[in-house]
Amino acid sequence: MIVEFGHFALVLALAVAVVQMVVPMWGAYRRNAALMAVAEPAAMIQFVLVAASFAALTYAFVVSDFSLVLVVQNSHTLKPMLYKISGVWGNHEGSLLLWALILALFGACAAWFGGNLPPTLKARVIAVQGSIGVAFLLFMLLTSNPFLRLAVPPLDGLDLNPLLQDPGLAFHPPFLYLGYVGLSMAFSFAVAALIEGRVDAAWGRWVRPWTLAAWVFLTIGIALGSWWAYYELGWGGFWFWDPVENASFMPWLLAAALLHSAIVVEKRESLKAWTILLAIMAFGFSLIGTFIVRSGVITSVHSFANDPERGVFILMILAVFMGGALTLFAFRAGVMEAKGLFAVVSRESALVANNLLLSVAAFVVFIGTIWPLLAELFFGRTLSVGEPFFNAAFSPFAVALAVILPLGAMMPWKRGEILRGMRPLLPVALLAFALGTLVWAMQTGRTALGPVGVALGIWVVLGAVLDLWSRTGRGAFAGRMARLGRLPRADWGKVTAHAGLGITIFAVCAMLAWKTEDIRIVQEGGSYPLGSYEVTLQSVDEVQGPNYSSTMATMIVRRDGALVATLTPEKRFYPVQGMPTTEAAIDYGFWRDIYLVIGDPQANGGYAVRSYIEPFANWLWAGCLIMAFGGLLSLTDRRYRVAAGASRRSAAVPAE
Amino acid sequence: MKRILLGLMLAFAPMAPVHAVQPDEVLADPGLEARARAISRNLRCPVCQGESIDDSNAPISRDLRLVVRERIMAGDNDAEVLDFVVSRYGEFVLFNPRAEGANLILWLAGPAVLLLGGIGAFAYVRRRGQAAPAPATLSAEEQARLRDLLGK
Repeated sequence: MIVEFGHFALVLALAVAVVQMVVPMWGAYRRNAALMAVAEPAAMIQFVLVAASFAALTYAFVVSDFSLVLVVQNSHTLKPMLYKISGVWGNHEGSLLLWALILALFGACAAWFGGNLPPTLKARVIAVQGSIGVAFLLFMLLTSNPFLRLAVPPLDGLDLNPLLQDPGLAFHPPFLYLGYVGLSMAFSFAVAALIEGRVDAAWGRWVRPWTLAAWVFLTIGIALGSWWAYYELGWGGFWFWDPVENASFMPWLLAAALLHSAIVVEKRESLKAWTILLAIMAFGFSLIGTFIVRSGVITSVHSFANDPERGVFILMILAVFMGGALTLFAFRAGVMEAKGLFAVVSRESALVANNLLLSVAAFVVFIGTIWPLLAELFFGRTLSVGEPFFNAAFSPFAVALAVILPLGAMMPWKRGEILRGMRPLLPVALLAFALGTLVWAMQTGRTALGPVGVALGIWVVLGAVLDLWSRTGRGAFAGRMARLGRLPRADWGKVTAHAGLGITIFAVCAMLAWKTEDIRIVQEGGSYPLGSYEVTLQSVDEVQGPNYSSTMATMIVRRDGALVATLTPEKRFYPVQGMPTTEAAIDYGFWRDIYLVIGDPQANGGYAVRSYIEPFANWLWAGCLIMAFGGLLSLTDRRYRVAAGASRRSAAVPAE
Repeated sequence: MKRILLGLMLAFAPMAPVHAVQPDEVLADPGLEARARAISRNLRCPVCQGESIDDSNAPISRDLRLVVRERIMAGDNDAEVLDFVVSRYGEFVLFNPRAEGANLILWLAGPAVLLLGGIGAFAYVRRRGQAAPAPATLSAEEQARLRDLLGK
């Protein structure tokens, strides 16, 4: 009954979405306030209906209702409750429902917080958001209905893929989707502005918080996924340039570019057409990402042919929205003349360079991701594009971005001078160079990656600190300290996010360059050295988990005789799916992680054991979190609260 | 056809969890072993989802790892080892596509777009420095709203 109710709510949501798409758009065209006013309640009702549908599906998973095909295929009575719930979105149909839910949520947010948008713009934004909702709800009901029943329900389900039964991955998809789908707001604002024929500083200010929120969620989602890969896949890698990962990375790069170009629109009324194009493309890449993940087309053209219905449908959605938006853009781009003037050396130019590098980097990731497909289609070659290509083709962009970041961030608007801008940064540059060289000298015979990471990290982090300090003006130290606390949150957000990027770049380089690895056979009770540590394999026991059996090793890590950690790496076997997994045991540390993996028993006794020392691993996730935190800080800046209508009192917007 | 065969082989292979690089595979000479690891990271497991043979647990990856080490012991240089593997499994197993033929498009697309974009961006920036300032005007709607606000 509850399931039928959910199914019905979903169909009703589609009907409401159609109304939300058509009526306000028509109303905005006719300047009819009554028709435009339909937008708000429609967006909210659509959200409530999709939420009810989602709740019904969650209920079916929680009570293990095996009359639903989806529950049978992805759940099991013995599964812990957390994974019964995360199982809702751990599959194609359920993840689409989550997608639709978040899409409707953003539409409803635009209705709630869009208080001081011009009425026609608001109606159009919500209508465009509604049209995306129509597409995805149709997609679900026609090709991927989560509410299909079984005539004869089985006694128990087939369980969720054990690799996905993990807290890190339980929350990875929701964050990622909040990011992906959040970009739909930037898209809706762009299309609405194109229809409206008007892009100004106010538009830049309205679109930025949505993009910022989407970017923050994407950052957290990607970091969670990467962290999961690090501890779950059993060899300490954190990024694989896998098509699915790239699918989330491309929108992230474009969202980062969009954030920066929208600043130029807001502050200087330039780069309008480009910003609109970026907003369209950023969401376009979210759709492409969905297509890549959901159709299986990249893994092989053949797997696509097995289930072409869904892939073709997403491709149609992509074609309609991208084709429509880009056509509109081609007609209207001329309307958006730029107002602000700026010299070749200026903050504006630096942000143009930032955008160029970020979007070409996204393009490089894109072409690398789809090249196997293109090569097979047009040249009949089955080939692969993997880590070595991406490392070679992407890294130069990351390095160039890091190098120009502190310079551009401190460059004045309109007109600057390279030399004057460089002067306060000179000590930082020298320090970064000196420490990079020092590290280079200390580690003869290894890759240059480590020293480069050290130099770039110091350059970006200290550059950000200096940027904040320079905002306090001149005068006595105490006065500047006092002013530091009164700087707008946006300033703090900017330097926090930049510093987080610096830390992330450093950690990536450090982990790739200085990892220690050891693979050997160890007898029970035996010891072996690992870096400056000594590891003992004390015992190996069989343990029974809730829905798996486990071979658990107890390993003791000592340093100079003193106990550092007792770790229990496991090898689990999930009988329902017949699938083994490795559970690495990690001693998290500030400077390094000790990462132990127990392997198979050997014929002549003993176990295969792999051990790694991962330097600065935690800095990587910390860097990502600091970046996301910077975005959040910026999001709480009072001018957004004023702009969002949360606070009606007139407040002086801090001058920049 | 080869890939279908491999898939069938995998389907009927006993599902024994074999792990990436086993202790018994490791070469005694650390220099040679380092080369073998570097080469295997560039070779794709033919039956997995985008894993290198260095990380993969599939039996065929173990065979490939052993082949790589055999060729190294036989005195091949890195390029010869790769050639040997590619001649048997096709260029599908190479993670780093060779910059030849159609693959040049892949390798040159990034730099080409950067160059074009760079020229376009520079031209735009130059123009912004020289264009006459556009007069700031309010639309009729904004004029009305302004009057409205000032009136209050």
